Amino acid sequence: MEKRFGLRRVLLGVSFELGRGETLVVTGANGSGKTTLLRLLVGLAAPSRGTLEVDADRGRIGFLSHEPLVYRELTALENLDLFGRLYRVPERRERIGMLFERFGLWEARHERVHAYSQGMSQRLALCRALLHDPELLVLDEPFAALDEAGSALLDAELAALVGTRTLVVSTHDPARIERHATSRLALT
Amino acid sequence: MTYVADVTALARKDLKVELRARDTLPAMLLFVLSTLVVFRFALPNDSGGDAAYGLLWVAIVFTALLGLARAWVPEHEHGVLDGLVLAPCDRSAIWFAKTLATLAFLLAAQVVALPAFALFFAPLDATAVAGVLLADIGICVVGSLLAAMAAAGRARELLLPLLVLPLSIPLVVGGVGSAISPDGGRFLLFLVLYDAVFAVLSWASFEYVITE
Repeated sequence: MEKRFGLRRVLLGVSFELGRGETLVVTGANGSGKTTLLRLLVGLAAPSRGTLEVDADRGRIGFLSHEPLVYRELTALENLDLFGRLYRVPERRERIGMLFERFGLWEARHERVHAYSQGMSQRLALCRALLHDPELLVLDEPFAALDEAGSALLDAELAALVGTRTLVVSTHDPARIERHATSRLALT
Repeated sequence: MTYVADVTALARKDLKVELRARDTLPAMLLFVLSTLVVFRFALPNDSGGDAAYGLLWVAIVFTALLGLARAWVPEHEHGVLDGLVLAPCDRSAIWFAKTLATLAFLLAAQVVALPAFALFFAPLDATAVAGVLLADIGICVVGSLLAAMAAAGRARELLLPLLVLPLSIPLVVGGVGSAISPDGGRFLLFLVLYDAVFAVLSWASFEYVITE
């Protein structure tokens, strides 16, 4: 596989296979193509050369990006309600409430996102990525901006998902996720 | 029904975001009103009513451009467009909802602009008002698509007028024609045709505009 940005080329010769229920940890220096690889996986970009086959419907993929992918002027609840509708989440309100409880956002659910701290935005982004109970969960630097409590919550969430969901996680801190990894990909 | 529900949810969200941020609508209202006031003093007293109708269309097109320039800003903040694109709904629903929301803002601006025009310049008959409404639909239909294209680029403020203005020319011709021609109905028919053709083209091509 290869992805070109003008004259710059990343992911040169990258090739991997990932089975259902496996966890791939992607590491690499800044600019090595981690985020690009993840965007290719979820279908937000297409490779310039080579092929990429993902055996999961668009609606069964969860994506945590560097950005929270939520509206700043809406409340956390309004954001998740909108995405819950678009993802056809059954018993949407209950699922949203459960995620807010789990990620410590219940009290702040009626606040607009522009008033959220970076850590709270990251927690909300995790709620959005998990909202539709995805088969394939693609997480780009999920521990970024999270405090110790938030990181512990995410650790527990990932531990519960490992083996039952396919996970692709990019990180600068592989030690944090190492125990869950079934495959590793170091980009150069 | 799912498609309609998606469009409704997305359009309601656009209106809610604008009502809270108040980024677009107040600017459109002020712009259209102040433009008409400037034209009122710029146009010589003995100039004909036909020239005034032309100026109304200048005000309408540039007010629409103002709204379109802001239309996709909330989606580009925090990368929300990626989130919408990943959702399993029909992607054209995103365009359709944005078109409806932009149209609502433009119609709100016309509620101020048309009485102001009638006060300052000349009265508008039913055919002229129908022409304005049809042209509003056309500008929003094609403008929402082009604004999404422009928003993805770096020079979006420059790119948007370059894309929208040439495609607005038929709408201006139809709008002015419906106001001043004795056979205004033919111009209305032309506007309906323009709206229908560009609605289908925009609906079908939106997915390719927002995905790589």
